[in-house]
Amino acid sequence: MPENFVSDRLARRRLRHVQERIIEFILFLAACISVATTVGIVLILLRESYVFFQQVPLWDFLTDTQWTPLFSEARYGILPLLSGTLVSSAVALLVAIPLGTIIAIYLSEFAPFALREVAKPFLELLGGVPTIVYGYFALLFVTPLLQKIFPELPGFNLLSAGLVMGVMIIPYVSSVSEDAMRAVPMALREGSYAMGATRFQTALRVVTPAAFSGIAAAYILGISRAVGETMILAVAAGMQPNLTWNPMEPAATITAYIVQVALGDLPYGSIGYQTIFAAGLTLALMTLFFNVLGHALRKRFRQAY
Amino acid sequence: MVGTTAPEVSAAAAAGPAPVKKSESRNLNFFYGQFQALKDISMPIYEKKVTALIGPSGCGKSTFMRCFNRMHDLYPGNRYEGQIMLYPDNTDLLNRDVDPIEVRMRISMVFQKPNPFPKSIYENVAYGLRVRGHTRRALVDDKVEEALRSAALWDEVKGRLGDLAFNLSGGQQQRLCIARALATDPEILLFDEPTSALDPIATASIEQLIADLKEKVTILIVTHNMQQAARVSDYTAYMYLGELIEFDVTDTIFIKPKNKQTEDYITGRFG
Amino acid sequence: MSDATAVKVREIRALIARHKRWDIVFGTIGVLSLMIGVLTFTVLFLDMLIDGAPRLTWDFLTSFPSRKPGQAGILSAWVGSTMVMIVTICAAVPLGVGAGVYLEEYAPKNWMTDLIEINVTNLAGVPSIVYGLLALGLFVYQFGLGQSVLTAGLTLALLILPVIIVATREAIRSIPAAIREGSYALGATKWQTAAYHIIPYSLPGILTGVIIGLARAIGETAPIITVGALTFIAFLPPAPLQAEPPFISFEWLLSGFTVMPIQMFNWTSRPEAAFQSNAAAAGVVLLVMTLSMNALAIYIRYRLRKNIKW
Repeated sequence: MPENFVSDRLARRRLRHVQERIIEFILFLAACISVATTVGIVLILLRESYVFFQQVPLWDFLTDTQWTPLFSEARYGILPLLSGTLVSSAVALLVAIPLGTIIAIYLSEFAPFALREVAKPFLELLGGVPTIVYGYFALLFVTPLLQKIFPELPGFNLLSAGLVMGVMIIPYVSSVSEDAMRAVPMALREGSYAMGATRFQTALRVVTPAAFSGIAAAYILGISRAVGETMILAVAAGMQPNLTWNPMEPAATITAYIVQVALGDLPYGSIGYQTIFAAGLTLALMTLFFNVLGHALRKRFRQAY
Repeated sequence: MVGTTAPEVSAAAAAGPAPVKKSESRNLNFFYGQFQALKDISMPIYEKKVTALIGPSGCGKSTFMRCFNRMHDLYPGNRYEGQIMLYPDNTDLLNRDVDPIEVRMRISMVFQKPNPFPKSIYENVAYGLRVRGHTRRALVDDKVEEALRSAALWDEVKGRLGDLAFNLSGGQQQRLCIARALATDPEILLFDEPTSALDPIATASIEQLIADLKEKVTILIVTHNMQQAARVSDYTAYMYLGELIEFDVTDTIFIKPKNKQTEDYITGRFG
Repeated sequence: MSDATAVKVREIRALIARHKRWDIVFGTIGVLSLMIGVLTFTVLFLDMLIDGAPRLTWDFLTSFPSRKPGQAGILSAWVGSTMVMIVTICAAVPLGVGAGVYLEEYAPKNWMTDLIEINVTNLAGVPSIVYGLLALGLFVYQFGLGQSVLTAGLTLALLILPVIIVATREAIRSIPAAIREGSYALGATKWQTAAYHIIPYSLPGILTGVIIGLARAIGETAPIITVGALTFIAFLPPAPLQAEPPFISFEWLLSGFTVMPIQMFNWTSRPEAAFQSNAAAAGVVLLVMTLSMNALAIYIRYRLRKNIKW
């Protein structure tokens, strides 16, 4: 009887051990889904792009100034899509970086506690607005407004899409920058105030330089956001590829082109189908570059304090 | 103007030329929100002397010191009552009409942990001058060198003024912070436990520096280390639970304190 | 001596007056910048509300899209959004919470864990349309799930997975070690500790992350378009509950669908003003949905910070 009792307990312990291992393995698999997603993205983009680049030389893709894959005389130059992406992003960043930085400095160094408590959730809400809503706003409110100032502005244009996208990105820039500034140790601020510095001097000469790499990371994450933004541009900037550096013109971005193709009915495996993966690969590489740079900067900032 | 409420220093110790008051707190109360951290403190600070504040941790010595440059104004909910007079112009530092920035331009501070800015050695020392709008290169150069010499750091850094201040050792960083505080010719220099984050050798060099500096400037130092107070100061104040228990010439405090509480603390029976 | 001090004090006061002007200038600029955000948002909301108000009726919620703008509604869109969200929740919550628990409680400190962590941060920065391409290549064609509710739900689940993982980890990290040690001291296993203590205590934090993730998912347009949601749907997917045995049907998972943001996109890109006011009305509904979800999450987090003092 006692022997039985012991072996019974041992058996239960072993069972519990096996159970624990199974659960750990299941949780491990859940964690691996994120790796699998990345691997999936890379594989799918590479596989379809590989087929694409067998038919279109990489050199043509990078240098041709026409992007007309759906025409009978198809040309596959990414430059027009790239120019649309870069111009709209530039307009957006011209709005988001100054305003985002000023808001971050203001909230971190100037604003009274109560205002900060209200402003931060509000900015978060601003970041939660669906981009299609911003697209509607850009096309049907901002563009008509801009046309009163510039009468010859076309209905689709990079300017209004870029401006609205800039407002959309402000919360990203301001919240990451503000986090970086608030992480600057109070001792540095006290050191500056003890020397008789004003708030503005302390913010500009001590806090901002100390938080520099964190703020730079915020900018870069903002750039990555702008480059990858889709709906505002698809709605308000048009879907016509156009190699231009003028924000007053309509032009498709890489993302808008993918939307345009997806809206149509392209047969699986056709070259038209593969173009969106080649375009997507270009986009993914660009954002990957910015993300890696941004995270490296953030990491450096964390190490400093 | 003679402080009527300030405790008088024992006559025997005041041999030599009579000390001149540089500053004086009068019936100072201080509140963190509802909590009263300082209770009715009155004591003088003598010109070109070192005054030490000692007492167990939490006794309010740092809080008291930070009243002198209105550091408490940085945080909401803090409140002063009473006066801190600055002589010879009879300015009440705590007066609402006196801008805390004005106070801080006249009274510099060195903190517990070295807190150099993320800038070059040169720009760290020049910070106070920049804040005051000085841009003339020659003048700033001279002031930086003079301050670094006074802080006994010049010989160690003169060849690398452009290096980032973070690359200096802890003791060097603290001397850099002293140079930063000296560069603007303050009337009073506040030291808030300046050696608590440093090793014994660096501590010795800072103590030597304080002894040298009192030729030029009035010094108020907070220290948790009684030996340090005995070594560097001319006057010592013992505080406990936000009250000033005893203020006197340092030798008197350490050899024959009048108050039983002070004696217990000095002799290590308490604290 | 006294004169020299007086002169010095006067100089200092003049200097401070000059410098403080910049404080005021910057303070004003800061408030104005904040106001630009507030103003944009207010104008955006009011503009849509005014344009869409005539269409915001009960019929609008209960009608299918139509060629006649006056009769069109968002019935198939909100039903589709709801179904997609159900799939997203079922996939993303267990995976996200499981991954978060693994990374905080189980993961050994090795290269595999590092890899997973770097991955999660990087995935958060991948543009949503790239997820759409992944889903198109993988779910639609490779797995043959087609352009269905299931595909869309899984795509959005992958998209919001990083949000839920990060929220779970932060919530777990805020639980003091003493609670864990207390549980282990009583002889509990790792999983017992996680299931009875760690997960329940971090539930409000996890919930915040889930709601923010869902608010984002419900407003996402680009990946769903890429997957190939139909823009004109005048039917509902088969109901999950049937009148006849076996009562439960999973046909809806493979049905075609549309969602709110796509319906709005479709109407926005029509040239007729009447359709655009439909878009505005749909936009108001969508905005109210996402904003109330975000507000709820912010509120939960606010309560959490206020109430729990370990």
